[in-house]
Amino acid sequence: MRSGYGDQLIAEGDPGVEEQERELIEAFRRQLDQGLWAAVPTSENGHREATLVRDFSEVPRDAERVIFFPPAAGG
Amino acid sequence: MGLLGAIRDRLGRRGNRRGLAIGRKLTPEERAAEDRAEDLLGSVVGDDALAAYRVLGFLHSFGSNEADGLPGYGYLIYPHRPIVSFDTRSGEPLNELCVRFPDRTEEGAPERLPDADDVLAKWMALRGDELGLLAEANIDRPGTQIDPAQARRDILRLQEWISPHDSSASDGPGFARAE
Repeated sequence: MRSGYGDQLIAEGDPGVEEQERELIEAFRRQLDQGLWAAVPTSENGHREATLVRDFSEVPRDAERVIFFPPAAGG
Repeated sequence: MGLLGAIRDRLGRRGNRRGLAIGRKLTPEERAAEDRAEDLLGSVVGDDALAAYRVLGFLHSFGSNEADGLPGYGYLIYPHRPIVSFDTRSGEPLNELCVRFPDRTEEGAPERLPDADDVLAKWMALRGDELGLLAEANIDRPGTQIDPAQARRDILRLQEWISPHDSSASDGPGFARAE
């Protein structure tokens, strides 16, 4: 997510392929280094959930995507 | 589906958004950003919740089901306004959770996410780490920023929206279906 723009794909790959996994990990870390939060949306039998993750190792292997968004601040 | 790790976020153009004041027409760039944000929102929360958001003007989320199988509380998630927690049985607002998701990754750039991204960020934070979000939020009494009468109307509108979409809806008060 980005102000004034919406979302955009920044990295894509197969985590089962070593080189692609490395690129995904680097992209993941770049976002968290900027202070962003990361969420993995899930859907099971129509039930929608989201899991916040703080390390790439926490991303489920069957996850389809990770969404980064600015951290919450008291309003 | 295969193992596809798609990392989405935050590149591309930045608009010169000054806020979504009521009555101000969106620029084409802002409209495009809102459209992208709504597409993402729908892909995460599902078509029903997206349709509710478009009609009602807010997203919703419920707490865990209690002993009677119904959620005890829920949230109205407004774009760029406080989240309102409410009692699902009485329909009364409980608190206002004042929380923002300012994009501060580029100095001088606008901080405001598109409306649909803002509600999605709130929804994901609530679903993923409810207590963490509560710890970040400023928690106020109902009526601090949102008129309690409006909140009650919106709770009723949500209930009316959900009931026809739920074949197991009860005749009693409250919400028969959690997420």
